[in-house]
Amino acid sequence: MDCVATGGNVKVLAKAIHSLSRIGEELYLESVEDGLALRSVNSSRSAFACFLLSPLFFQKYQAPSDQSFRCKMPIKSIQAVFKSLASLDRSVEKCRIQLDSEKNRLTITLHCKHGLLKTHNLSFQDCESLQAVFDKESCANVLQAQPRLMVDTVLHFPPSLEEVNLSVTSDRVWLRNHVEDDADSLRAMMTELCLSSEEFDHFAVGTQTSVTFCLKELRGLLVFADSSGLPVSMYFDEPGSPVILSVTDSVLEANFVLATLSEDSHPKKNHVNSDTKHPDTEQPPDDFMSDDMDSFLIAMETSELPGPSHVPTSPPPPTNNRKHSFIEDEALAEGPPNKKFCSLFFSSVLPTPSQLPNQTMQSQEVLASDSEDENQTETS
Amino acid sequence: MKFRAKIIDVGCLNHFTRVVNTVSRLTKACVLRLTCDHLYFVLSGRVASGGVSMWCELSQGNFFDEFQLEGVSADANEIFLEVAPENLSRALKTAQNAKSVKIKLTKKSCPCLTLAAELPSLSSVSRVVTHDIPVDVIPRRLWHDFREPQMPDFDVSIYLPPLKTMKSVVDRMKNLSNYLVLEANLNGEMNLKIDTDLVSVTTHFKELGNPPWGDDGSQSSSPAHRDPDLMAEARVEIRKLQQFLTGQQVNPSRAMCNIVDRRILHLIFLHEDVSLQYFIPAVV
Repeated sequence: MDCVATGGNVKVLAKAIHSLSRIGEELYLESVEDGLALRSVNSSRSAFACFLLSPLFFQKYQAPSDQSFRCKMPIKSIQAVFKSLASLDRSVEKCRIQLDSEKNRLTITLHCKHGLLKTHNLSFQDCESLQAVFDKESCANVLQAQPRLMVDTVLHFPPSLEEVNLSVTSDRVWLRNHVEDDADSLRAMMTELCLSSEEFDHFAVGTQTSVTFCLKELRGLLVFADSSGLPVSMYFDEPGSPVILSVTDSVLEANFVLATLSEDSHPKKNHVNSDTKHPDTEQPPDDFMSDDMDSFLIAMETSELPGPSHVPTSPPPPTNNRKHSFIEDEALAEGPPNKKFCSLFFSSVLPTPSQLPNQTMQSQEVLASDSEDENQTETS
Repeated sequence: MKFRAKIIDVGCLNHFTRVVNTVSRLTKACVLRLTCDHLYFVLSGRVASGGVSMWCELSQGNFFDEFQLEGVSADANEIFLEVAPENLSRALKTAQNAKSVKIKLTKKSCPCLTLAAELPSLSSVSRVVTHDIPVDVIPRRLWHDFREPQMPDFDVSIYLPPLKTMKSVVDRMKNLSNYLVLEANLNGEMNLKIDTDLVSVTTHFKELGNPPWGDDGSQSSSPAHRDPDLMAEARVEIRKLQQFLTGQQVNPSRAMCNIVDRRILHLIFLHEDVSLQYFIPAVV
């Protein structure tokens, strides 16, 4: 694999990485013929982001010889390469990312002014492909706005605010801070912002809806969009279905997928595969709704799945236990145990092309997230 | 009980915000007293606040274009609310370019001060941001705790040195000691002193001037009888003095302090439409 980004695109690449760092601790990098995909997911599997850079983004793009290469690494290590955006602007002319397959390193070389070369050799881990399953086309509601609108809107909420509620009617949008229904919440300050549909570039509301999601993870995308000047599109459906924010131009597509609070107290099973619901495989609800973290760990140890206990999900054996495993995934989501977010559906099922028209990597098999176990053979 | 007020002028809004910011830096919770003509932010000296008390008075007409109040009863036409000024500060922060800001007393899941700002937008319809700030209504029987403090019988009254200078001196002294002595005389001289086992530091200020409290200051014994060189002092916790100096967002037109020897340090900041008084008890 060998790709070269030049000029302003180096900064765009850096910004994409910084955006992803707001989501998760690890960067998943995948190079295929269609382009370079940079992805990240948070530990509770409630937020996922993907930047797909097409070959045209690069001055030179050479896909790996065996059709695809994927790896993951701590995002901090690659962030360090692109640390100072200002100096990237000033002095970096070219950035080259190469796979050194002998030494199993990813070599990032920054070609700077005055002939200065900065070479970073990053080690990586093999991993399974990381891809959340989502379908923008099937969402009932689509909004598109200039990034400035979104940034200005979010300003009214404190940086520490976790969850925000978005409600839409046929001509209005409300954004409110979401407060859990408990005794403390009665004394919390409530903020609400109301926007008219006219402020949006595109406003298509199928049904009056109200969804609640995590604002923090979104800020990474907003910063990216604001600096790129590209409009932000929001796709969402009913509570429980993820909300997708998207920024696109001719050579780049970024998707941020955030889980939303479901209305029931039990984690809603994902709609995409609702026919695979197994009521009897659902663990006693109390375990998963209690505040006791131990109950999560206990459940994992008794599960059929292999994998170290500190990883909330492990890739299932490739065939039979698929359905069982992703239900496990959802139920075993880390994070504040009484959160009612359902985990995004990380499919362990190879989707048929018709199921997921919007998935960008058609040829990619989608599996549950990577295994820490490096002995696991990669399925391709 | 009803309260509705509206600010339209951007200058008034900015000024009001600065006052609220100053108050929010001084205390986490205080009492907002509303009368037909004034607003007061009051912190009564309690053990919980370390004995400091604060009285901030605003003349309503200088800030609000509309102001309607119906107090607890006809003979007690006032409202006392306990509020966290930080919430008010936060609500005002992003409303600085608003076309109008309305404040109302409302009842949501609890009594609230609702602040609604009409913001400029890209379309013909304004953006409206609404903040519901939870408050506690203080019953009438407790109002006496929040009366205007009496001007203490001070020994010396003196104008303060430029706040910036005073603040930087106090900041540096804080690194060396927890307590500071502020002493001043009627000759316009003030000293800030710290004294520890390792080091003593004194900063001298001269020619500060002494406010002419005449018959209208509640001063019984005429200060003229006092030896002008005699220092009155108050030993206070530096942290409290620093907190007061740091919070200031409004540049006062007059800044002075009254010292009751070894008892109280009374700081007074006056602006055209706002007055802020802060009482720091002296320690032994």
